[in-house]
This record gives sequence, C-alpha cells and structure tokens, in this order.
Amino acid sequence: MITAERKPLEELIEYIKPFKRILLLGCNECVTVCAAGGRKEVGLLASGLQMAMLKNGSNIEIRQHTLERQCDPEYVEELVPMIDSADAVMSMACGCGVQQVAMRFKDKPVFPAVNTTFMGASERQGVWAERCQGCGNCLLGLTGGICPIARCAKQLMNGPCGGSTGGKCEISNDVDCAWQLIWDRLKALGLQDRYLDIIPAKDWRSGGGSGPRKIIREDLAE
Amino acid sequence: MEKFEPVIVAFCCHYCAYTAADMAGSLRLPYPSNIKIIRVPCSGKVDAQHIVTAFEKGADGVFVAGCLEGDCHFKSGNARAARRVEFVKKYLEEIGIESERLEMVNMSAGMGHRFAQVATEITQKIRNLGPSPVRTTMAQ
Repeated sequence: MITAERKPLEELIEYIKPFKRILLLGCNECVTVCAAGGRKEVGLLASGLQMAMLKNGSNIEIRQHTLERQCDPEYVEELVPMIDSADAVMSMACGCGVQQVAMRFKDKPVFPAVNTTFMGASERQGVWAERCQGCGNCLLGLTGGICPIARCAKQLMNGPCGGSTGGKCEISNDVDCAWQLIWDRLKALGLQDRYLDIIPAKDWRSGGGSGPRKIIREDLAE
Repeated sequence: MEKFEPVIVAFCCHYCAYTAADMAGSLRLPYPSNIKIIRVPCSGKVDAQHIVTAFEKGADGVFVAGCLEGDCHFKSGNARAARRVEFVKKYLEEIGIESERLEMVNMSAGMGHRFAQVATEITQKIRNLGPSPVRTTMAQ
C-alpha cells in the first residue's frame, strides 16, 4: 500500500486560514489501512482543526467526506454536488488523490493533509516498512523475494557492502542488511548458485529516470 | 465571577470502573457531580475520536478508566486504551489544549473508594486548570 502520515496541525491551519468552508476528504484505500487518511482520521482531523481554529478566534465550517478511491475519476465525480459549498478542499489521500481532485475542480484550492511516504507493507499492528520503490523492472525473482532497491540503503545490485555487520546495515542497527536477508533466504531455498550470478547495472529509465511514467493498456484504454 | 464547575467525561469500563462507581454509590461515598459517566464494554473500545469529540463538545476534562494492568476482561484492551490516551494527549497539545485534561486510570470493580478518590482528584485538578480553551471560546 501507499503509506502516509498526517502533516503537523500548524501547517494545515496555515493552509486553510483564509477560508471559511472546508471540504475535508478521506480515501477508503491505502491511507485507511495505514491509519493516515481514512474516515476515522478525517473525523479526528475535523475535530482538531475545528477546535484549533476556534481557539484562534475563527469559526470554520468543515464538511467531511470519504471517497472509495480518490485516485479514480469516477469516485472523484461524487464530489460535484458538494464542491460549490466549499471555499477550499483539504485531502487526506495520498498525493495521487490530492492531484486527482485538484485536476477535476480547477477553481478550488486543494491542500494536502498528509505527507505521502512510501510503498510499504505492514510489519505488525501500527508498523509499516518500505518494501518497493516502483523501479519498473522487478528483481525479486533473482533476489529471493527481497528487494535490494527498496531495502538496501545503497541500492546495491550485488551486495552486501562492507558495512554489513551481524546482519545489520551500517546506517542503523534497526535496519536489516537486505543482502544478508537475500543470502539467508537463497540458502534456505537451496538456491545459493543464484547469488553467484552478477546482476547488471540497472537501467533506471523504467524507474522514473526518463521522466514521469505512464501505463497504457491498449485493450482497456478508451 | 461565577464559580467554575468543570464538565468531566469519564469513559468507564463495564467490568471495572463502572462497577467501582456503582460500588462508590452503594457505599454512600460522595464524589463530585461534575463527572459524567459513559459506560463502555472495555476501555479499549474508547477511540481517539470519542475523546476528541468530548473536548469538541465542551468537556473540560476526560478520563478513561480501565481494569488493573493484566486484568483486562478482553486481555489487552486497557493497554491499548493507555496507548491511545497517550496519542490523544499529544494531539491535544497540537490543538492547544493542555494534555493534563486527559488521563488514563486503572482500577478494579471492587475499588469504590478509589473511584471516588480519582473522581475527586481529577475534578480538583480541572478546577485549578480552569475551563477548557474550547469551552471558553464557545461561550464568547
């Protein structure tokens, strides 16, 4: 999922200060799962903003709405009946959702309420860790299902480096050495010989190196 | 100036604090009428939103009362509640409300005296803090 974290209240207040009627949007997808911008977080932020603004002497009107998926235009269309009654929109979705709303309603200021952080997986309740950087050419088949792009601090194609000690990365004792994990897993699978294959230097064009990326499925695109 | 009487919302677990409040009543122990009890099936049922809404609606103080450590009827609801209370305390500070207005307390069903004592102490603490900034602004 795409993970995110709420921005500090102070920053959000600065955004909405000049406006009276705010439409606060959540998204039912990734940001709900990582507890950053779902229906519950929208309610919590609405109460917080309302109180903080009231304390600063201004009374604002906040309307809350959570879309099924904010990165899809058909769901964003749901906002048509409520958009006119808002002076500005604040979105708790990831950057894709914020941009989708901004693109659809060109005359409304749209502000992000969260910092979109990374593509990650849930390690345990309340803990999410980065697992994918969307490099566009997946290597997991060569590396025992562990990604050296997302999980090695140096993004080494052929590791580990000299900074790997006791299975940990030199940047922090809390970070596992991805290449140690890869080696351990290949060994457990009896696939050690794959470790000897040299993975060539990565072509980063598929990873955003040649500008913004787009997928066009001819069979689906209209 | 009119004497300030705080409104304090107490989220009380059915299995401990709610029964303790009942016990305090049976024992004829006095405790301030400022405490407005909301019975919950477990302190772990209390969401951050419930606490924040209480403040938004004008509460001057909130406490969440759960079972003694290790005694939760649902195993770990009270520990979760304690973590949630800590989270909301930080959020309240961000909003500009003193985090001392929110507290997590633990007791067992038989602790009628403790309930009365906690209720009295918290009421006094909130009285000293004065009305919540939200309530003050709402009144103006």
